Amino acid sequence: MSTDLTRLTAAQLSEKLVSGEVSSVEATRAHLDRIDSVDGAIHAYLHVAHDAALERAAEIDSQRAAGASLGALAGVPIAVKDVLCTLDMPSTAASKILEGWIPPYDATVVARLRSAGMIPLGKTNMDEFAMGSSTEYSAYGPTRNPWDHGRIPGGSGGGSAAAVAAFEAPVALGSDTGGSIRQPASVTGTVGVKPTYGGVSRYGAIALASSLDQVGPVSRTVLDAALVHDVIGGHDPRDSTSLDEMWPSFEAAARKGQQERSLKGVRVGVVKQLGGEGFQAGVTQRFTEALALMERAGAEIVEVEAPNFEYAIAAYYLILPAEASSNLAKFDSVRFGLRVTPEGGGTVEQVMAASREAGFGPEVKRRIILGTYALSAGYYDAYYGSAQKVRTLIQRDFDAAFEKVDLLVSPSAPTTAFEFGSKTEDPLSMYLNDITTIPANLAGVPGLSLPIGLAPEDGLPVGLQVMAPAREDARLYTFGATIEALLEEGWGHPILDLLPAQPVSGEAAHIAPAPGQGTEPEGGTL
Amino acid sequence: MAKAELLDFDEALELYEPVLGFEVHVELSTVTKMFSPAPNPAYAGAGEKAEPNTMIATVDLGLPGSLPVVNEQAVRYSISLGLALGCQIAPSSRFARKNYFYPDLAKNYQISQYDEPIAFEGEVEIELDDGALVKIPIERAHMEEDAGKLTHVGGSTGRIQGAEYSLVDYNRAGVPLVEIVTKPIFGAEHRAPEYARAYVATIRDIVRALGVSEARMERGNLRCDANVSLRPRGQEKLGTRTETKNVNSLRSVERAVRYEIQRQAAILKKGGSILQETRHWHEDTGVTSAGRPKSDADDYRYFPEPDLVPVVPAPELIAELRAALPESPAAFRRRLKAEYGFSDSEFQDIINANVLVELEQTIAAGAAPAQARKWWLGEITRIANARGVEPGTLVTPFHVSELIALVESGELTDRLARQVLEGVIEGEGSPDEVVKARGLAVVSDDGALIAAIDEALASQPDVLAKIRDGKVQAAGAVIGAVMKAMKGQADAARVRELVLERANA
Repeated sequence: MSTDLTRLTAAQLSEKLVSGEVSSVEATRAHLDRIDSVDGAIHAYLHVAHDAALERAAEIDSQRAAGASLGALAGVPIAVKDVLCTLDMPSTAASKILEGWIPPYDATVVARLRSAGMIPLGKTNMDEFAMGSSTEYSAYGPTRNPWDHGRIPGGSGGGSAAAVAAFEAPVALGSDTGGSIRQPASVTGTVGVKPTYGGVSRYGAIALASSLDQVGPVSRTVLDAALVHDVIGGHDPRDSTSLDEMWPSFEAAARKGQQERSLKGVRVGVVKQLGGEGFQAGVTQRFTEALALMERAGAEIVEVEAPNFEYAIAAYYLILPAEASSNLAKFDSVRFGLRVTPEGGGTVEQVMAASREAGFGPEVKRRIILGTYALSAGYYDAYYGSAQKVRTLIQRDFDAAFEKVDLLVSPSAPTTAFEFGSKTEDPLSMYLNDITTIPANLAGVPGLSLPIGLAPEDGLPVGLQVMAPAREDARLYTFGATIEALLEEGWGHPILDLLPAQPVSGEAAHIAPAPGQGTEPEGGTL
Repeated sequence: MAKAELLDFDEALELYEPVLGFEVHVELSTVTKMFSPAPNPAYAGAGEKAEPNTMIATVDLGLPGSLPVVNEQAVRYSISLGLALGCQIAPSSRFARKNYFYPDLAKNYQISQYDEPIAFEGEVEIELDDGALVKIPIERAHMEEDAGKLTHVGGSTGRIQGAEYSLVDYNRAGVPLVEIVTKPIFGAEHRAPEYARAYVATIRDIVRALGVSEARMERGNLRCDANVSLRPRGQEKLGTRTETKNVNSLRSVERAVRYEIQRQAAILKKGGSILQETRHWHEDTGVTSAGRPKSDADDYRYFPEPDLVPVVPAPELIAELRAALPESPAAFRRRLKAEYGFSDSEFQDIINANVLVELEQTIAAGAAPAQARKWWLGEITRIANARGVEPGTLVTPFHVSELIALVESGELTDRLARQVLEGVIEGEGSPDEVVKARGLAVVSDDGALIAAIDEALASQPDVLAKIRDGKVQAAGAVIGAVMKAMKGQADAARVRELVLERANA
């Protein structure tokens, strides 16, 4: 075969599938081969569904041959973050406590991508229960950044981002509670979208913080993210927080940006609080260049104040642990998951305690303790109550900003990918890495990250974050596709063309194990 | 169980003033559960025959990724109940999570309403045995989900202490509950136990009249926690309360309150202090025993349930439900007594048999109140009890009214009517249809009767003589013989008329 099928975007692959030039089995096999060859080193996947993926691809091929009307992404492979429930694959949220657990149902997003004819390739690695910004907290060992195997791929959705960056899947699903889609996209040179809260069903997504979690697409292009968003989005009666409304075609929104390539009349707000001190020089440089590019394309750049963003991390690290401490209470060994019985037996309380002690990693325990404390009688008002007030103030900051501008932009993360082990000793420094992404979750507004170049000092990808008012996800796709097209025009190629060649499986052994955080990488279920 | 020391009830009341409070849990009889699509065991007794863990969905097991969705019918029922309790309905109310670890609680938190209940500030009128009416202040009525059921295996007591292991049945997990909480009830004095029974009975009558719960206490559809505290006469500050659980009948409610007053008084009189705790009522021995200590500092780490949005009922819905409210049981009772001439005990029998609604509809369809009461409380309840079902499920009020009309018109005797009822219950059709199909109509052909009477009189000349002497009661023997000859299909009154006529002819 002349083309490497793994290099195609989902949109390109879709065209070739529709024209009959390529079969889904061929495309799926190409990705499985790529996984077999490079994932030993990268460890983006916790589970690969070799046989099931090929069977499903064959089904789609025969449906197509029989003239069935299929969705735009039918036959296109996709990777699924392990936080999402899948009927036919373990769903562990990268935790020991759920090792081997196969849910009796599919998450709504998974059911939707299946019925759209997409081919799930497997489950991707993540920080345990999506708590972390580096995948170092996965109970099954970290994922490496394909740009530099000594660095983190971001988190919690490092597996999905790395899989897409390393051409182990054209697109993937992620979940974003405080940046877990956008920050990994930023540090791997990929695209990630956190939709409007309620825009995509949470049913079947193992909950971290219910009021913040949102499932979204991970891809190499803005158009691909839009195509996936069209498949997974929309009202779901099984999620009460799901918005019941008619969404426009995000694909159409992205194509509009690709074609028009103009930002005339678009008012772009730069959030003063999301930049400057503490941001890596190369990140600031690429961001400034991106602003200049927007201006040249006709946008009006406005500096915007969001005074309460300063308190976002503090509020977030009260609300998230509070909700998580309750959401994770169900992992008690009574009905599913790991059960550890203390020597000589024990009461049900002792079995629960022993199981949770053995099943949860250090970051999970840290947040459960934080959250339990924040909700305790006598502390509730000072902690959880105050945090909710800050949340309201942040929402007002967004409202005020969107009075003046159509979109807000910032760097997606303060730095490029950092080295393994550089932040695990100091949880607070890890938390601060989410400073740019957290406000969107607190306010429920949509955010997109797309690559805007490599930082001169380390040659690693830098991401641009774009945020729109709630329900205006389409704006992100039009704007993002415009920027992407203009940048690629300048570069002459997509950013991932610069990705170093990945060592194939034979070479994996030469790579030193990533310094862990106390949990030894165990290779998962590959 | 060591029996606690009790003070004489009258002496207890002399020294202390009892203050009561009740938390009544009502299981709503919606078709599905509060937050899941699983069938509701509290609907039409569905849970009675179900195998453990067969009435469950992902939410009821707290499976990772599962999400609750509020049952709209449960919200409607809760609003109706709130309105019937005279409560205000919150324009917006919220669910919260009550966090605690227990194996019957799948998620290890219970979804309940905490600081924003759907209904609040109400008042319920109860009627005491002597007809006195008392208003009980209602603090709130809120929605929540029930927990599963634990069975402790091994050990002798069936309790968790000493058990080898425990089994969990999650069928009940997620059953919709409304918890009705009173404000402190003052002034009950000697009648505190009577207040308790009358209050719970009134709640039961209200939920039954609304049709929002089966309200069978023995099945746990209606559960009462009784709070009792005592304060020395003249003291302003409330005493320490205990909360007695597991009180599963009206009689138990009454006994448990009396017991707690006597137990607490004995402790207080000796200078002791009451422990704030839950206590368990033991039906068999008639005592309460200590449960777990309970304090206001119990930390359930409540916070708003982030998986659910606030419940915001449309004002039109509230208006619609208000308009559809049935008469309150207290008003209905007064009306029944006035219009239909029922006594208190007759009314209580009707309530106990759970045929209040059926009775009213039967009367509305044209039956005489006394006849309607006779049939519903007599034959129909007897058959219902024998079959272990609710009387209302056997036969419709309209058919009962039709049956009564057939008896009134003389087409059926009582005995025949019972056979017709049996046919109706067996599904053979309406009373008219059963009469025709079974050929049960009364013989109203005087010719056939006269022939039978003449034969009977001829064979009993002594009786004939007595009748002719004016000893009319002697006619009974002849009437009996004629009815026997007619196989019961004759109108006894008409037979009597004809016997007297023929005898004196």
